[in-house]
Amino acid sequence: MNLFGFLKARGSAPVARERLQILLAHERVALGPRDLVAILRDELLATIARHIEFDPEKLSVKMERSDSVSTLEIDVEIPCDKFGARPQASAA
Amino acid sequence: MSKVIVVTSGKGGVGKTTSTASLGAALAQGGRRVCVVDFDVGLRNLDLVMGAERRVVFDFINVAQGDAKLAQALIRDKRIDTLHLLAASQTRDKDALTTEGVERVIGELRDTFDYVLCDSPAGIERGALLAMRHADQAIVVANPEVSSVRDSDRIIGLLDSKTLRAERGEQMEKHLLLTRFDPARSNSGEMLSIEDVLEILSIPLLGVIPESREILRASNIGAPVTINAAGGPARLAYLEAARRLGGETTAPVAIPDEKKTFFTRLFSRRAA
Repeated sequence: MNLFGFLKARGSAPVARERLQILLAHERVALGPRDLVAILRDELLATIARHIEFDPEKLSVKMERSDSVSTLEIDVEIPCDKFGARPQASAA
Repeated sequence: MSKVIVVTSGKGGVGKTTSTASLGAALAQGGRRVCVVDFDVGLRNLDLVMGAERRVVFDFINVAQGDAKLAQALIRDKRIDTLHLLAASQTRDKDALTTEGVERVIGELRDTFDYVLCDSPAGIERGALLAMRHADQAIVVANPEVSSVRDSDRIIGLLDSKTLRAERGEQMEKHLLLTRFDPARSNSGEMLSIEDVLEILSIPLLGVIPESREILRASNIGAPVTINAAGGPARLAYLEAARRLGGETTAPVAIPDEKKTFFTRLFSRRAA
């Protein structure tokens, strides 16, 4: 990372190291929350489907992260005629 | 006390199977009861590298599905009494292994062996996840090359989230085995250095295996490099890694030297 180290090196290995460091710093942040969102989405789907018939496509889960706050946004669209209608209680 | 260790990498062709066979043979040579298990359903190769390809009658899937007993499927090595192989199925599709089946077989293996080494398939699909699921410890095999290091980083993330240990909130012990290392090219700055890879992946080092002709020769003849008395630096590096794995040494990892005299320069740095 330091300037002198970079100048001293002759080969392409330092370039490889820098590229990897930048890429992985990005991927670690990007892949972490995405997995969490996917898990949350699956579990929310299962929970809602137990009580209301709805289109799984109409569930959106978003996570936004900034330095000070993180927000989790869950948006479920349910057709009005289905609201309150319960399928079988046994559906798990 | 039995230990289940997954040998994994993400990327293919970096040396998972070679390393599984070499470390398994070295541990067994030290008198431990070892079973090497091939998880690469449909593309099995551990049998070939171990020189047991003509002795496979029943495989992992036969046992997992209850069609054969574990004892019927285990292949005992002809050179080392305490070394056994459980081959993958070559014909079945990769979904034939079920989570429950794997759990039961691993449980039985734990009762019989000191070490169970699971040779993971490449990738991050079902087979790779099944191979790591029950592990107590992981060996991440990587080459000093960008795509391998990136994939290793991804695998480390999965080891920390998709394994039983991770789900129970326990630590998964992970070690790096750097293979196909060329000291001359690394010294001249053409190849990532060991320090570079350790800094990027930040897991402790198990061993550094130099690029060597011995490895191809070993797979040609179906004898793990560690049991070949005529072996050179790669054999010594695997033997040392096996001693570290077995807790027989905590000395710094010996680093292959570009000069004729190998293992003269000791590497003292261990990450994390």
